[in-house]
Amino acid sequence: MSATAVRQPTPQVARVRVSGGGLRSELRAVKIVWYRELVRFSRDRLRILTSLVQPSLFLFILGTGLSTLSYHSHFHTSLRTLFYPGVLCMAVMFTAMFSAASIVWDREFGFLREMMVAPVKRSSLVLGKCLGGATVAGIQGLIVLLIACLVSVPYNPALIFEVLGIQLLLAFAITAFGVMVAARISQMQSFMAVTQMAIMPMFFISGALFPVSGLPTWLEVLNRLDPLTYAVDPMRRVVFAHLKLGTAERAAFGGGVTWWGFRVPTLLECGVVLALGLVMLVAAIVQFSRTE
Amino acid sequence: MAVASQPQVATPSDPRREYAIYVRDLVKRYGELEAVAGISFEVGQGELFGFLGPNGAGKSTTINILCTLVKPTAGLAYVGGHDVVRERDAVRRQIGLVFQDQTLDGYLTAEQNLRLHAELYGMERDQIQPRMEEVLRMMELWERRRSLVNTFSGGMRRRLEIARGLLHSPRVLFLDEPTVGLDPQTRSSIWGYIRRLEEEEEITIFLTTHYMDEAEYCHRIAIVDHGRIVALDTPDRLKASVGKDRVQLSTADDQRAIAEIKERFGIEAVLAEGKVTLGVPHGEQFVPRLFSELGVGIQAISVSRPSLDDVFMAYTGRTIRDSEASAGDQLRQMAAVWRRR
Repeated sequence: MSATAVRQPTPQVARVRVSGGGLRSELRAVKIVWYRELVRFSRDRLRILTSLVQPSLFLFILGTGLSTLSYHSHFHTSLRTLFYPGVLCMAVMFTAMFSAASIVWDREFGFLREMMVAPVKRSSLVLGKCLGGATVAGIQGLIVLLIACLVSVPYNPALIFEVLGIQLLLAFAITAFGVMVAARISQMQSFMAVTQMAIMPMFFISGALFPVSGLPTWLEVLNRLDPLTYAVDPMRRVVFAHLKLGTAERAAFGGGVTWWGFRVPTLLECGVVLALGLVMLVAAIVQFSRTE
Repeated sequence: MAVASQPQVATPSDPRREYAIYVRDLVKRYGELEAVAGISFEVGQGELFGFLGPNGAGKSTTINILCTLVKPTAGLAYVGGHDVVRERDAVRRQIGLVFQDQTLDGYLTAEQNLRLHAELYGMERDQIQPRMEEVLRMMELWERRRSLVNTFSGGMRRRLEIARGLLHSPRVLFLDEPTVGLDPQTRSSIWGYIRRLEEEEEITIFLTTHYMDEAEYCHRIAIVDHGRIVALDTPDRLKASVGKDRVQLSTADDQRAIAEIKERFGIEAVLAEGKVTLGVPHGEQFVPRLFSELGVGIQAISVSRPSLDDVFMAYTGRTIRDSEASAGDQLRQMAAVWRRR
């Protein structure tokens, strides 16, 4: 270290200067909070491994098990492949929630206070947290992308790029949602209960595991209201664009998400997710900016 | 000399901005509960100031207000020359904090915890490394800087928190119960560090404690009880103000003993810590009279010079340990309020 020259008793040492705020210090705060998420994630090898468990269950157990039923249908493509886009979304979703949950841990273990008394805006802390959660979830998503070959999905740079983009977007929105919830909840059990109640229905209704056209009206309405729908559908389009699907599969999944007969374009769907993410982010910032 | 580095002192004659801490009629209510019930005091630059009282007396609430985490219901508070409500960020840049509960990230190393703090406080990049080494060496943690905080003992964590609180060279350092939950040996070593930093850093220290012996190290102490300051002075002067020795005795019948002491000597004795306790000007001379005149069998007796314990007792009518027991409920109530945030 080059610091030895300064190791004098303090009178000689100039008082450390602390900058007077401003955009630069806010950005530094965002960056360090984001960085902390990455450091903590890299320490948690177990979490990286276990993140593969749930997607694998859906792909290989549920996918294989249900295919005995689909055997009687006209599908030529394995259910494992058809589930894959939904599972890509699911992996990101649960990881993002887990990232947000760490705010509750931080509160229980006191670290949140260290951040809350820092001379930076709460919005910087929340933004750093959401970006960190999104990045970590993006990395998890990449891990699930690695097993693409096991479900007959090709490794294609364009595919990987597009999938990752949607994953980051979804992860950001979900982390923001989780942070907003975490602002009001101080105990881990309650947080888990609340998020389970929100996440599981969102996942099932989103059509991650079934086509969303030709559903009964009640389910179709629920599906169109579910934010996750607008991440699952583009993901499916992106993945299926790189597959050779049979006519039966195309017919089943071709419909996609429609609003009163209007096929919602991919960009608009992504826009919906982004807009919701930003709303959640603002809500989270408002929650955290309150002092007593 | 400290004044030279404070261009932000706006009007030199303004006492609110001259003191390190300036508090007037501060009140904080949580619904029915009045945690801080109108306190006023000021702390000079470079002073080591102690806030002493039982758990639940309002010490932590006061610290939380001073460090801008809690908004006061009424009253004024200035820290480092800035209003804690209206100039929140300016206050935050001036203060270092060591909370009662630990606030370190155990999954990061000591160095990473400090680095995070430096970035959050916007320290100049080229100053971070030298200053980090300085504070880590001062707290004798330099060799452990690459270890995960999870592997640290309670005393090491507390030292790391103090190092972190000092990192951005705050003008005021708040220590909320810096030694609570530590074993006696670690407690005294932490005090060694606090006294050393008092000498080496240009800093005002505001600390809370419910250990009487620790309060002795302070330049001045405020005794707080039920959200009010009941006494404020140097430890010596506070002890002198009591002017009495403490006599404690165990008897066969404490209630009868208290009644008889009042009847024969005209002294109000109370039951404290399970013993009959009374204050008299010359303890040693009083003991023989007790033996000869008291009709109740005495099993044990002790005489002690006034301590801060006696000061506390003189001003509140209870010993601090007795107050702790009754304050337990109040404390839980406060914790619930804090958790609900």
